[in-house]
Amino acid sequence: MIHAKPAVKEKKRMNSNTILLLLTIGLFVVMYAAGCIAYADKGFTKLQTFLDILKNNAGLICVTCGMTAVMITGGIDISVGALIAMECMFLAVGVESWGLPAQLLIPLMLVIGVVFGIIQGYCVGYLGIQPFIVTMAGMFFARGMTAVISTQQVSITSSSLMTQLSTMKFNMPFEIGAYLNKKGKLMVPNVSIYVIIAILVLIATFLILRYTRFGRSLYAVGGNQQSAALMGLDVRRTRFSAHIFCSVLTSIGAICYVLNTMCGTTRQALGLEMDAISSAVIGGTLLTGGVGNVFGSFFGVLINGTISSLVKTNGKLSSSWPNVVTALLLCFFIVLQAIFAKVKARRS
Amino acid sequence: MTFVKKVTKNQLFLPLFSMVLVMLVNIIYDVANGNAIFNFFTISINNGILYGRLIDILNRGSEAAILALGMTLVVSASAGTDISVGSVMSLAGGVCCVLLAGFGNVNVNEYAIPLWLGVLAGILVACLCGAFNGFLVAGLKIQPMVATLILFSAGRAIGLLLCNSNIVYINVESFKFFGGYCWIFPTPILITVLCIAVTALVLKFTALGTYVQAVGINKEAARISGYKSAAIIFICYVVCGLFAGIAGITATSRIYSADTNNIGLNLEMDAILAVALGGNSLGGGKFRLSGSIIGAYTIQAITTTLYALGVSSAQAPVFKAVIVILIVTIQSPAVKAYFAKRAAVKNAMMTAGREAQA
Repeated sequence: MIHAKPAVKEKKRMNSNTILLLLTIGLFVVMYAAGCIAYADKGFTKLQTFLDILKNNAGLICVTCGMTAVMITGGIDISVGALIAMECMFLAVGVESWGLPAQLLIPLMLVIGVVFGIIQGYCVGYLGIQPFIVTMAGMFFARGMTAVISTQQVSITSSSLMTQLSTMKFNMPFEIGAYLNKKGKLMVPNVSIYVIIAILVLIATFLILRYTRFGRSLYAVGGNQQSAALMGLDVRRTRFSAHIFCSVLTSIGAICYVLNTMCGTTRQALGLEMDAISSAVIGGTLLTGGVGNVFGSFFGVLINGTISSLVKTNGKLSSSWPNVVTALLLCFFIVLQAIFAKVKARRS
Repeated sequence: MTFVKKVTKNQLFLPLFSMVLVMLVNIIYDVANGNAIFNFFTISINNGILYGRLIDILNRGSEAAILALGMTLVVSASAGTDISVGSVMSLAGGVCCVLLAGFGNVNVNEYAIPLWLGVLAGILVACLCGAFNGFLVAGLKIQPMVATLILFSAGRAIGLLLCNSNIVYINVESFKFFGGYCWIFPTPILITVLCIAVTALVLKFTALGTYVQAVGINKEAARISGYKSAAIIFICYVVCGLFAGIAGITATSRIYSADTNNIGLNLEMDAILAVALGGNSLGGGKFRLSGSIIGAYTIQAITTTLYALGVSSAQAPVFKAVIVILIVTIQSPAVKAYFAKRAAVKNAMMTAGREAQA
């Protein structure tokens, strides 16, 4: 009898989060279905449209995975967009002006990410400064450094490796979703290599968060720092490593991003941090920490991507509509989370 | 020793120290360039208006200073930041211009409705935005950053929709007044002084300041002591929205057009930075308005100095970032604890030495 009571409670807690996740997935399905019905004549029903959403958001998927990890610890990282801009510019100028091979620069991008993460993580974890302020400084720094490297728009044209990677296409196996185009040629839906990278990152993050000691301690620290410390977890180190994890995933996201755009500009990935945060929140991650799931975040990204894609397919709507709709959704989910939390508090 | 300690312990030491440092850099720069030593401080009257670098800093820093007022209250009461102020500024400016120009017009030479009505509408919309944020934070107990994230992304977008993604120009002299000149003074400076004076008087002659601090230090304890915590937090957000509206109208009037994409861009960061630089804890509780105001002008002084030194506007954030990190590191609990420990060891050694002598 003594055991039965907490078990029931545990199940209930799981339920409210599961409801939110199911709601997110349901919303995506409804939105996509509505798009298919409304824009059937404009090719929205084709599998390729869905794959293009993945293609345009490959970088965002990686970043959101990292952001989810940081948010689970109760922190936040608003430097991600600027970090992507800095690394893309670094790669673009490195290839075009300094004449360095991309094989060398791509690992260096990851190194930059690690160093960036170490500095931010040290300030947050060991110096105890608020994550928002630290990463805001990181954002200023990275955005400014982008302009220091170059203020022009640099297109990547002279690296054969980059061109190859960027244009490399993988057709869907067994010709799923293939169709004949107007000339009668068989078109097989395809994805680019960076979509595959993003999916691999997503699966890896899911496994890390769920099954490794590092992932479990993220949840423990986010849930309650004091109990985590009393359990013998190194809270400071966990928060430190969460920021490194996020910056590394952001760097991988930067590689995806630059393969998609093939250029570096100072305004690249402007506001991406807010997209990542809103995706994670729509996906059920709580900013108070302790609760979150990368698959929820993935669906958050897909919802964001679908909204942009719908507006683009329509062609007549103003480009500010995606922002308004995303904000409305964000509001809806936040209020829902708050109501669930209130109900839970009343029950206990 | 004790005097030095007293001075460095003061909350206003850091912002004033940074301000003096910036001025020193300016003096050195002037001397190195063969200008008069106090070139930085010279104020003259050209063409009937005040002119000088100091005036320029005061003028350009107006919006950040006005925003910092509201932000200080929000930070103090709710231990969180309102990141939507920049967006709300742009929305307020957009609403004001669209109403004044008449919906759908892009370039007008006369008002569609009276000026005061347009300005009032803009400020009212900003107050509504503040009320929305306040409702989410105080009523639904949502983290301030997430709650304000909604208007952060929606505010600017709604402004753009209202303006139909155009820049709405208002070519009327009286509209240029708020961002222009009033007699010899730049009007934004006067607006800022007015805002500061009203806020300071309200805080001095009512108990609002005490309420805000009590709620910020411990919300639950304040509620049990009989304060209406939620209502106080709500009021702070509405006031923050109000100031965002005033700043938005000022910024719009400067360029007599609603450039919704650029008005107030990243200004929320400057406002938050001003609060932190002023020695106020971002964890809420006690606050000093003077610190935030000095902080806001210090940031503007840094920016202006960087431009004078030939750093481009895109590269200036690098220096800002370094300054932010230095300041927050000095203020961080870990560093403070380290210095406290060193002082304690020193004290213990001194007492031990005295005892040994005796």
